Amino acid sequence: MNRSILIAGVAAVTLGLGACASKPKQLPPEPGTTTTTQTAPQPTQPTGPVPGSQADFVASVISDTVNFDTDRYNIDASDQGILQSQASWLARYPAKSITIEGHCDERGTRDYNIALGERRANAAKNYLVSLGVDPSRVTVVSYGKERPLALGSDEDSWARNRRAVTVTVN
Amino acid sequence: MKMRFLVLAAGLVSMPALVAAQQATLPSSTAAQAPADEGLTGSVSDENEWQDLGIAIPSFPTNASVATAAEGGNTEALGRNVARVVFNDLRNNGLFKPVGPDQLPEVAFPQVAAPTFDTWRGRSAEMLVQGFVKANDDGRLTVGCYLYDVALGSELARQGYVVKPEEWRRAAHKCADMVYSRLSGESPFFDSKIAYIAETGPKDRRRKQLAIMDSDGANHRFITNGQATALTPRYSPDYSRIVYLSYLNGAPRIYVYNVGTGQQTLVTSSTNPTFAPRWSPDGKWILYSMAMAGNTDIYRVPSTGGQSTRLTDSPGIDVGGSYSPDGSKIVFESDRSGSQQLYVMDADGSNQKRISFFGGRAATPEWSPRGDQIAFTHIGGNFRIAVTDPYGKGMRFLTDSWQDEAPTWSPNGRIVQFFRTERGSGKTGIWQVDLTGRNERKLNTPVDGSDPAWGPVLP
Repeated sequence: MNRSILIAGVAAVTLGLGACASKPKQLPPEPGTTTTTQTAPQPTQPTGPVPGSQADFVASVISDTVNFDTDRYNIDASDQGILQSQASWLARYPAKSITIEGHCDERGTRDYNIALGERRANAAKNYLVSLGVDPSRVTVVSYGKERPLALGSDEDSWARNRRAVTVTVN
Repeated sequence: MKMRFLVLAAGLVSMPALVAAQQATLPSSTAAQAPADEGLTGSVSDENEWQDLGIAIPSFPTNASVATAAEGGNTEALGRNVARVVFNDLRNNGLFKPVGPDQLPEVAFPQVAAPTFDTWRGRSAEMLVQGFVKANDDGRLTVGCYLYDVALGSELARQGYVVKPEEWRRAAHKCADMVYSRLSGESPFFDSKIAYIAETGPKDRRRKQLAIMDSDGANHRFITNGQATALTPRYSPDYSRIVYLSYLNGAPRIYVYNVGTGQQTLVTSSTNPTFAPRWSPDGKWILYSMAMAGNTDIYRVPSTGGQSTRLTDSPGIDVGGSYSPDGSKIVFESDRSGSQQLYVMDADGSNQKRISFFGGRAATPEWSPRGDQIAFTHIGGNFRIAVTDPYGKGMRFLTDSWQDEAPTWSPNGRIVQFFRTERGSGKTGIWQVDLTGRNERKLNTPVDGSDPAWGPVLP
């Protein structure tokens, strides 16, 4: 119920900056997963990430993560922008495959959350496939509530933990 | 008045030396069957007279102190340990106020069969549990167990157990079971085991290992090393196998672990994720949930392997499942109505009907071994353990905390174990509560614990 309030709050905090999609979810880089390549300073020599690598993927897409509302698994407009950026990267590197990891917040029962994480990861996969990504390049795995990203027991942490994360393989 | 009846029925029996019998012949079985038609669950446990029943449990003497491999090193020390286990079982149950061997004088071996009732009356003991330990020529042990009514000066029950030294605790649990059954009219449950998930480490890198232990936490053993996350174990009814979920090759799959051989096999060769495994009461079937393209349904497969049968086909998440004790029905969880709720179906998947209409969400249903109740996780703000009858009537809460989930029943259907998660830290612990909701306590486990699964009473 206070979910909508939360979403509104997050959206209000987010300043659009004229990005293609208003993207609340990307902004604060996770401690530990920060890549050094957020703003590549137009190198004369290629010092950026290796093309086609995981680092290149993270640097090239809007985000590797889409988030979900409580108990939901639909792909909303901002998620679509993120997944479109992932699809373009995949189009550039057709030899690459990905795994989409589905996650839930801690406020669910274990069994159900494995099923729900699976549903979320599949929703992201299905959207990528609708954009032309070959389904054989996409595997999904659900971690349920077993691998939280944010460690608090509060609405903000739970919102961040309800997610589908794309990881490149090969 | 139930107690009076038991006293009269037991009568006065003289005390020959125990023969090495696995079970003595006193009518404990009729007492154990009585509660089936008692009506309201919890009524027996809720009678206050039990709360104050003083039970004295002095050390179990031996006829001759002999070296043994069992704890203590000799039969005299072992006798004290046996009495301690009986004492702890009965005390932790919450219904009795026993006094154990460390607070009581020793009794001589001949007094086991001929108690000095006046002494015990002077100590305000109402019940007296005495016993003995004897080493047999073949290296095994005989443990005798006697229950006396001190006020009446009469024997209520007795049993003898022949055990291998390494199984000495089972004799103590059987003794505690005899006392509990005789005094409460309920079926025994102490001589049983629990499988669970041992948890260590910080919240975002939690190590989750399959582990087993006796019902009192003894004989603890880790089964998996924690490199792959293990979840939701269930003991087979004969304790020979454990079915559980593991991320062994990166994806969640159900494995059947053979306790004797240490080997494990996949429950199905499908490459789809499988989870939430459950045994049928006869051990012949395993229920599991499988997700295909995001849709989760419940399947049944022979526990020896073979063809799976799909039992549900709703577009929502159908998950879990727990058989009624006679195996004819299955209660499960589904969000087909929009949120997690409880449904009952026939064992072949037909006649699916929602039974939970009490507001909030309802998850992880487990059918009581007695058949009269279903325990589940009620989600309405907080997560609480609740019970309802199989028709969704008479719902009531047993716990009130921030996050209690995943109930499992004691073999006699009188106690529910579950796991409690601490807000913030994510630390978990195994707790239990009786059907009155009053006697709640945390189990002692070497590390944090979750997903308890209580098995049946050992034969």
